[in-house]
Amino acid sequence: MIAWLNEFLGFLPDPLRIIAVITAQIVPLVIVLILCVAFLTYFERKVIGYMQNRIGPNRVGPRGWFQPFADVIKLLVKEVVVPSKANRFLFLVAPLLSIVPALATWAVMPLFPGYAIANIDAALLYILALTALSIYGVILAGWASNSKYAFLGAMRSTAQMLAYEIAMGFALVGVLMAGGSLNLGVITEAQSGGILSWFWLPLFPLFIVYFISGVAETNRAPFDVAEGESEIVAGFHVEYSGVAFAIFFLAEYANMILIAGLTAVMFFGGWHSFFAGSWFAFLDGTPLAFLREPSLAWLCVKIAFFLFCFLWSRATFPRYRYDQIMRLGWKVFIPVTLVWIMVEGVMLVAGVGPWRT
Amino acid sequence: MLTLAIFGMLAAVLVTAATGVIVSRNPVHAAMWLVLTFATSAVLWLLLEAEFLAIILVLVYVGAVMVLFLFVVMMLDVNATVAREGFTRYAALGSVIAAIVVGELLALLWLRSSGLPITRPLAGMPDGHSNTREIGLELFGGHVFEFELAAFLLLLAIVAAIMLTHRQRPGLKYQDVSAQVKVRREDRVRLVKMAAERDE
Repeated sequence: MIAWLNEFLGFLPDPLRIIAVITAQIVPLVIVLILCVAFLTYFERKVIGYMQNRIGPNRVGPRGWFQPFADVIKLLVKEVVVPSKANRFLFLVAPLLSIVPALATWAVMPLFPGYAIANIDAALLYILALTALSIYGVILAGWASNSKYAFLGAMRSTAQMLAYEIAMGFALVGVLMAGGSLNLGVITEAQSGGILSWFWLPLFPLFIVYFISGVAETNRAPFDVAEGESEIVAGFHVEYSGVAFAIFFLAEYANMILIAGLTAVMFFGGWHSFFAGSWFAFLDGTPLAFLREPSLAWLCVKIAFFLFCFLWSRATFPRYRYDQIMRLGWKVFIPVTLVWIMVEGVMLVAGVGPWRT
Repeated sequence: MLTLAIFGMLAAVLVTAATGVIVSRNPVHAAMWLVLTFATSAVLWLLLEAEFLAIILVLVYVGAVMVLFLFVVMMLDVNATVAREGFTRYAALGSVIAAIVVGELLALLWLRSSGLPITRPLAGMPDGHSNTREIGLELFGGHVFEFELAAFLLLLAIVAAIMLTHRQRPGLKYQDVSAQVKVRREDRVRLVKMAAERDE
């Protein structure tokens, strides 16, 4: 595909052609992501609706399918109110600082065999660095709003994100040890084989820690004390309205999709098929043989599943108390990851386990 | 050519951001300019094919150190006018230090044009060369002792920091979380069986 793009745009001078080819890959991905975010909000309201014995949005379009567009248009035409004593520049930059890392991380995501927009060797580090950057949007929004509620929300959220980032980082160390590389494509390759050779099995504690930390990192329920409606109204984005609020909203959902995608790639074999293992060898030669092929569809199925888990936990669990969030992050998750990295190291040296590369 | 254009743009941003750190009156703005400075220099390192160092710069300085900086600056509410009071007193010392730094930079420029062997341009690495892997091999191969030493020092620093802050203040009330978590229904709820009362 890239070769075709290069040929198609061959008439352009070199620097322009490179930029054009890269842009031609970025734009469709971003559009698809934003559409996914829009329908994720619909999906969330429907799923939680059914879990609570309601039917959720059903007025706009057939079965409420156009609800996200109605919401988007409503947010776009509303006024962006800047509080009078707010720091205007930082107030308006903060939403951008939270959406950019959420979208930029997709550059290294291996979407289908042999393809990522940027196939770089330090992909895991890049992900860690960008996750770290997303704190700025929250902390600046809280400070620039010049509101006590927003500032308290930002403080809570920052402390929480810093704490869970460490656990996430250690979980990623386990993944890179198992995959033998920092490159996400290589990590996915290393999980080839059936469901049992995906990393969720040998790295089960790390998988659990990573996914729960991901929920905490995106400030989603049950870890959404940053919003804490009952105590601090809506947390760091309490002063935001209109498009500025919409961007925070977009960033939160884009981050959810991202965490779901990363969990799928690092622990659930990314684009590998469910039916790839030798158990399903009987499918070869039948019309269903295509099910054994790795493809983008499998990645999407896995992402959808983890997104469902996000919504499921939101509908199921009550909100954590703040000190218990901190306790879970520092005193439970970090020791668990450290111990499992030790175990994994011993197994690697001893040559036990499926992850010998 | 493209590289040169990118370098020029980034260098301009870098210099502007670094100036912003010094001249901005609001400490939070200064911290944000510093974040921009770090991020831009990280991209400059990417141009030198040092992707590992560039990402680590963003991860450690932008992602961790500067967040703590911002925290402190926001919480302390630094008064800029008070902080500026000593300006004339330290101006002389400051200008001497600035002169030394400028002198060193000029010396570096001179060294580069002198044609000494240390000034050879960095050799471009072939495709598929992994900077991250090389640094890993170097750190855990030849320099494992120094690496472990640094790790040990950092561990000591962590222990010391916890010792300094984690003191037991008398009269402090806090909850014993593990006791709370261990609580079962039987500890709190007593089910009582009693005959229904009836007014007849």
